[in-house]
Amino acid sequence: MEKKKITGAEALLFAFKEEKVDTIFGYPGGAIIPVFDALYTHKERLAFHHILTRHEQGAAHAAQGYARVSGKVGVVIVTSGPAAANIVTGVADAMLDSTPLVVVTGQTSVAALGSDAFQETDVLGITQAITKWSYQIRRAEDISWAVARAFYIAREGRPGPVVLDLSKDAQNQLIEFSYEKCRYIRSYQPEPELNPDKIARAAQLINQAKKPFAVVGQGVLLGRAEQELFNFLNKADIPAASSLLGLDVMPVDYRLNMGMVGMHGNVAPNKKTNECDVLIAIGMRFSDRVTGKLSEYAPQAKVIHFDIDPSEINKNVQVEVGVLGNVKKSLPAVTELLDKADHKEWIESFEEHKLCEYREVVSKDLYPNNGILTMAEVVKCLSDNTGENTIVVTDVGQNQITAARYFSAYNTRKIVTSGGLGTMGFGLPAGVGAALGSPESKVFVISGDGGIQMTIQELGTIMEYKIPVKVIILNNNYLGMVRQWQELFYEERYSSTSIQNPDFIALAAAYGIKGRKVEQRQDLVEAVREMIAADSAYVLEVMVEKKGIVYPMVPAGKCITEIMLKS
Amino acid sequence: MEKTLYTVTVYSENQVGLLNQVTIVFTRRQVNIESLTVSRSAIPGVHKFTITANTDRETIRKIVLQIEKRIDVLKAYYYTDDEIIFQEIALYKVPTLSLMSSNEIETLVRKYNARILEVTKDYTVIEQAGHKAEIDAMFDALNKNKILQFVRSGRVAITRSTVERLSNFLEEMEARRKEVFNGNN
Ligand SMILES: Cc1ncc(C[n+]2csc(CCOP(=O)(O)OP(=O)(O)O)c2C)c(N)n1
Ligand SMILES: [Mg+2]
Repeated sequence: MEKKKITGAEALLFAFKEEKVDTIFGYPGGAIIPVFDALYTHKERLAFHHILTRHEQGAAHAAQGYARVSGKVGVVIVTSGPAAANIVTGVADAMLDSTPLVVVTGQTSVAALGSDAFQETDVLGITQAITKWSYQIRRAEDISWAVARAFYIAREGRPGPVVLDLSKDAQNQLIEFSYEKCRYIRSYQPEPELNPDKIARAAQLINQAKKPFAVVGQGVLLGRAEQELFNFLNKADIPAASSLLGLDVMPVDYRLNMGMVGMHGNVAPNKKTNECDVLIAIGMRFSDRVTGKLSEYAPQAKVIHFDIDPSEINKNVQVEVGVLGNVKKSLPAVTELLDKADHKEWIESFEEHKLCEYREVVSKDLYPNNGILTMAEVVKCLSDNTGENTIVVTDVGQNQITAARYFSAYNTRKIVTSGGLGTMGFGLPAGVGAALGSPESKVFVISGDGGIQMTIQELGTIMEYKIPVKVIILNNNYLGMVRQWQELFYEERYSSTSIQNPDFIALAAAYGIKGRKVEQRQDLVEAVREMIAADSAYVLEVMVEKKGIVYPMVPAGKCITEIMLKS
Repeated sequence: MEKTLYTVTVYSENQVGLLNQVTIVFTRRQVNIESLTVSRSAIPGVHKFTITANTDRETIRKIVLQIEKRIDVLKAYYYTDDEIIFQEIALYKVPTLSLMSSNEIETLVRKYNARILEVTKDYTVIEQAGHKAEIDAMFDALNKNKILQFVRSGRVAITRSTVERLSNFLEEMEARRKEVFNGNN
């Protein structure tokens, strides 16, 4: 029997269905109209939830938010040229933060390629350096193959973004559709095999350690190895801290959780990094924001590095043992060889720094002696008034660091933040995606007055699709984080960091979104509760201290023990 | 750190745009590519990039791992000169008159095992294969009579093992494929 032929555009959508895609973030245009037309044709049959964002950057970040909270691949469809250029920030962000995305960009017809055709841009050339894989589809018959590969590559191993540049001819050509999921690529081994020698050597080092210390990253979450991590840490009684992206791997109240490392991390884990005898890095990549000055990073420690990506081993920090593989498998393999241990004294030695940080930083942040609210008070108030099913999506800057420090996560995939790229404007659209990716959670975006305006148009998306995202704008009338650097390292020369803002509440109202502005401490709790209780979107603007500084801080390029608690 | 000339061999699937992906890795790490040659390998369908670059061992190791990370790259290796057999090829164009005026050029051709490819009344084209130092030496000698045109190829290199070093990797991958497709069909 002859199969019915369909267009390449339809084939793309059928292929998505095979990959169990339900939500697509996108924006139409000339070079992708056939795909949007197919979406229209198959509205009922395929029933994709298509979210028309207000800017393609928003679509990319929304897909990231969706992927980060759901563990699924985020899907984006946009047109060629300017739209392809607009997704670049989101793709680069997903690359650095290992977020699985499949982004389809429309492309001019094959005959016109290379001729500077209308809205033609060299998408492969632009995206090769910021994707795990990018591929140009020139014939409809290649669509199923390319989509299957794209999902496999985006999802397997260390996840990342894939861009498919889909020529207009491929969208229009007729083909017989068939689909086979990709399960193997000869040139790509997603998970290196475990090496028993390395496993044994790692266990031996840990068993000999007097002062072991673990630093946990997003890899544990991506490998869904939280339980394996706890078994590992519990058995050998190892205190652990997390990177910014690993913040929600361990519950805040977990006995062995010592907080966050890095530039704005906690004092104890930073100092202890340079005191431990064995440093165990698990699914993290020793970013410069974590290590500070590399040559003075844990020079005394033997380092064990668990990672899935061979190119991460010895990339920044020279290690004693590199344990390659999926932490879901490597952690239990090492755990099995561990002796039960008790490091009570070592663990207790963190306490002194914790108290010091509380005294010097936390108490001042939470109980300031002047009348103006601090960012920390707002985040703490949110944290205290929300339960387990709460997701916090941050923007970038002081608001981000404060959210990371004062929001208490009790579950995985509950904090979404742009770590590697540090993209201002990430928060709001990522919040949209997070709300769609985890409808059972309450999603709160914490943003700055600067960052919110980089993608504020997504309030339109929130309005149209009635997405119940709550947006907290911590308004200090400054590009606060840059101002902080200017104050501390550039003699208070505030070049282009004070910022005049619109009436955010009126702006929200223009989008039909409820909002409230808080300026006084006595109004905060009630306003936060009102926001939490609202079952629709909400914008809460809080006027905070203009010249707040987020401490602790390890100045860029300094050793992590030179962590500042005050100026 | 000590800089050495490394030869990198990259085996890849035949995918458009791969050259760019490979060179980006060098550029990002601020390492200049001295020479680059793309060819087929002895394994059907597998392409081979031969790249030379001056850098230190740590950097070349990282570069090779980051190249291998590209999806369509099968495997990449790096070598120092003592681990490989390598060759470059040079073409010289000299005035035929200079050839006829003395036996100097003939001596050079014999000495460097070069050969003459084409002779016209205006010019003569000489081909020389060898290591860079030999080519540089012949260049200097010939240039006394003013070389009209010159070009030198990128390095080509093979290892001392009997088969393409990639073969083991391909066997492993084939085993993995069988496992994937027989394991859970
Ligand atoms: C797209 C982008 N541009 C510039 C920066 C540099 N940058 C980092 S934090 C920051 C200030 C952010 O200001 P705001 O959003 O008000 O947040 P605050 O630090 O005041 O909380 C800037 C400009 C960036 N991270 N991303
Ligand atoms: Mg601000």
